[in-house]
This record gives sequence, C-alpha cells and structure tokens, in this order.
Amino acid sequence: MTPPEALLAIVGAAESDLGAVADGITPVDLMAQATARALEDAGLEAGDLDGVLAASTQVPMASLSLSAALGARPRFFDGTNVGGSSFMAHLRHAAAAIGAGQCSVAVIAHGSTQRLVGRSSASVQEVAWWEAPYEPALPVTAYALAAARHMHEFGTTREQLAEVAVAAREWARLNPAAWSRDPLAIEDVLAAPLVADPLGVRDCCLVNDGGAAVVVCSPERARSLGRPHVLVLGAGEASTHRHISEMPDLVRTAAVASGGEAFAQAGVGPQEMDLALLYDAFTITPLLFLEDLGFCAKGEGGAFVEGGRTRPGGDFPMNTNGGGLSYCHPGMYGLLMLVEAVRQLRGECGGRQVPDAALAVAHGNGGVLSSQCTAVLARA
Amino acid sequence: MVRGRLTRPERSGRRAPVACGAVPTSPRTRFEEGCARGVLLYQADASGPVFPPRMGIDDWRESAGLGTVHSTTWVRPRDGEPRNIALVDLDEGFRMMSRVDAGEVTIGLRVRVRFDGADHIPVFVPA
Repeated sequence: MTPPEALLAIVGAAESDLGAVADGITPVDLMAQATARALEDAGLEAGDLDGVLAASTQVPMASLSLSAALGARPRFFDGTNVGGSSFMAHLRHAAAAIGAGQCSVAVIAHGSTQRLVGRSSASVQEVAWWEAPYEPALPVTAYALAAARHMHEFGTTREQLAEVAVAAREWARLNPAAWSRDPLAIEDVLAAPLVADPLGVRDCCLVNDGGAAVVVCSPERARSLGRPHVLVLGAGEASTHRHISEMPDLVRTAAVASGGEAFAQAGVGPQEMDLALLYDAFTITPLLFLEDLGFCAKGEGGAFVEGGRTRPGGDFPMNTNGGGLSYCHPGMYGLLMLVEAVRQLRGECGGRQVPDAALAVAHGNGGVLSSQCTAVLARA
Repeated sequence: MVRGRLTRPERSGRRAPVACGAVPTSPRTRFEEGCARGVLLYQADASGPVFPPRMGIDDWRESAGLGTVHSTTWVRPRDGEPRNIALVDLDEGFRMMSRVDAGEVTIGLRVRVRFDGADHIPVFVPA
C-alpha cells in the first residue's frame, strides 16, 4: 500500500532555556530564543518565515508579539489557545494554511515564565460562576474528580497512577535537560502529601519556565532543504466541554475523536507506534489517553502500565523525555512533546533513544480534559 | 491554587443594562433567584435536561433536589482545612458541581440539596 501523502513536515525543533529562568526574562524572549534555535536546526533564517503560530497563557496576542520580536512580517498568523494541546492544533492549522498557499514556512512557538512570576498570575483560570462558589482548586480538582471516578468504575489503584510518575522519572533520569532527576519509587509517590484526593504532589506536573518552537513547511520544501526532518501523517482536534462539571463522561475524553481522526488520516494504527507521548499533566491523564487512543480497552489503562512496561527498557516507550511530571511543564506542555517526538524520530536522543523509532504519536490535552489534539508523526 | 471568586465583579458604571432585543434576566440571575427562594432550577430542551443555565432556553424546571454523588474529592490546601468538591447527578438527569457537607463522601452516596449562607449556595447533605 502506498502511504498517504504527509500533511506537513517539521524541519526544525528546539527547546528554549528550561526550568527556572533569570529575572526579567519574558515568555516572548523564550519563544524567540526557541525559534532562533529551531530555525538554525532547520538551516533557515527568520526572513524565511511567513507564518507565525504561537500561544502562551501570559501573552494574549502571542503570534503578534513573537513576530515583532523576530522582526518577521507574517502573512499568516494563528493564536489558537486551547491549553496545553494548542500546538498539535497549530500543526493542523499550519498544514491547512500551507496547503492553501497562505504561507510557506511557519513557526509554532510557546513560552512561559510561570515559575518566575508565579502560577496564579501566569495561568489565570477561567472559573465558571456555577463552579466558583465551591472554590475548586483548578486545574487539579478536575483531574482528581476524573481519577476518583476512574478508580470507582474500573478498580484503578493509586499504585497504578504512581507507576506513571515513576516511569516518567526513570526517563527523566536519562534526559540531561530534565528538571527532576532524583530517584523516585512508587512508595514515594504514595507517601507524598495529597493535593486533591486521590492525587498527591507527585501525581501532579512540574511548574517550570520554558518554551519551545518547531518550524514547519510542506513535505516538498522539506525535501529540498536536504536535512533530516519529520513528517506529520495525521492530526485531529476535538473537545467535549470547557469546565469539568460539563464533561459528558469523566472517564471518556475527546481523544477518542481526535485520535480516531489522526490515525485514520495517517493510515496507521496505534499498534504501529514505536513511542507514545501522552500529555501527563497528572498521572491519570496518560491512562485515559492510552484507553481513548486505542492502545488498550476502556478501563485497562492502569493494568496496561503495570510492571514497568512504559519505563526505559519496557516494551512500550512512553513520555521518553520524562514528561510534564519530571522533565518540564511550562504551563502548556504540548510543544515540548513535539520537540521530543522529532528528536526521537531523528535518532538524536542518546541514552533515552528508542531504537529505530519510525512512528510516534504525540497527544496533547488542554484545559480540564477539555481539548484533545493528536498528531501522528513519522521519520522521513 | 486559584480559588473561585465568590462574588460578582463590581459593575463599573451606574447605567442599567440595555441591549437590543434585551434579555431581561441573565441565566445566572434566574438560577440564583431560585436558590434564594429555596428552589434548585435547571433548564430543558429537546435533548433533555440542560445544566449549567444558558441563554436561549425558556423551559425552566424545578428540581426535587435529590441526587447521587458521581465523583468526589477533598482539596487539601497547605494552610487550611480540606474542603469537599463533588459532582452530583440530580435525579432529573443533570449534573452540577457542589459540595457535600459530611465527614465521609463516597461515589454513589444519595444526597439532598440545601441552600447555604447569605448567598444561598446550593450544597448537599446525605439524603
């Protein structure tokens, strides 16, 4: 069978400085830094960019601010912000724009200084009036409600949730850029203070500064650059709600739809993936996405990760950068997932490299399980 | 952690709301007026019960205030008492966020609404 034509090519990918940045650094500084690095990775210059896509909780007009910082004069911009999954959506929007001739080379960027300025000012939550009187600590309360329901319906255990955090930490220990690299055991996760039952501190992602950028163009243009690149074979975006009390089913996310569309478009299935990057804002989220993307049946996510199979050396490499739980979570983590996917598919990951990785899925989550965006990527 | 706002933002001007095709009462106000008189209101359309209240649906109904805990958590601030947050499935077929005032709250617990404090916030107690 002839593989379907790729939607898009990713020709450059980079992190900005990560972790904790210096006083006075802005989210736009980090976007611009990551963009410069991604352009260098692609062998391109800022003058080659005619599309700018960006999102940040701290920069409402992020695509304009980044354009100004780069001195770019874009003829296409997109500031879609649906939370941490925004950048998988940007891939899809960039593919449409490039396919329609609205731009030819685009950057997708993110930057956050939430650790520097404090999370409460960096990520102002949209609290709904019908939820506000109860003071839900957001977003963790929403994920705790989903986790509690998953445990109730399927018998998922706190140990199974903890395995997600431990596997992430094992991968992070192989990633020099990871924020948390100390050993972590299941018992440590269980013994950590509870934030919102059943989720403890070690079930929750990091709060970091950081940014990232990827440079995209048509597959034809990518071939002409003559450098290693990655193809986007399929992508999907879907949503079922904004606030957690509106979610139709706490244990079934819109990843069913976004993943279904992405895999159908790619012409490959979940079983063919060499690695999976599944948004780990909290330990419950990868379990939901393993189920909803079709890696296992509904309710079996907890059993799926048992026995260390998603850790380094296991038969299902997942969140190989150490994830939002142990590598870096700058408020919106999705773009760093795409950077990791690109590097794995180009074989550049050193001690954490998945051998001969040819196909990867990167699945982003935004809001409170609200937006789900999936990208299926392939080595070119 | 970001706490929810308990009160409405101050109106910046003194002028009464005027709109083309004016909506005399917001969905929020209609709901809160129900709470103030001890009635939990919801809406219904062709698809069935609707919650949270939204624009454009005129069919408002009174809930009997009985429901079942669908999911529940305790938020544990570093410097304060744990507080319950629950999603409650009302018997009429809609779901809302609330709080259950009980020492132990489990999924499946039958609960009944009561209206708490000067703001008449709908919370639940074991039925």
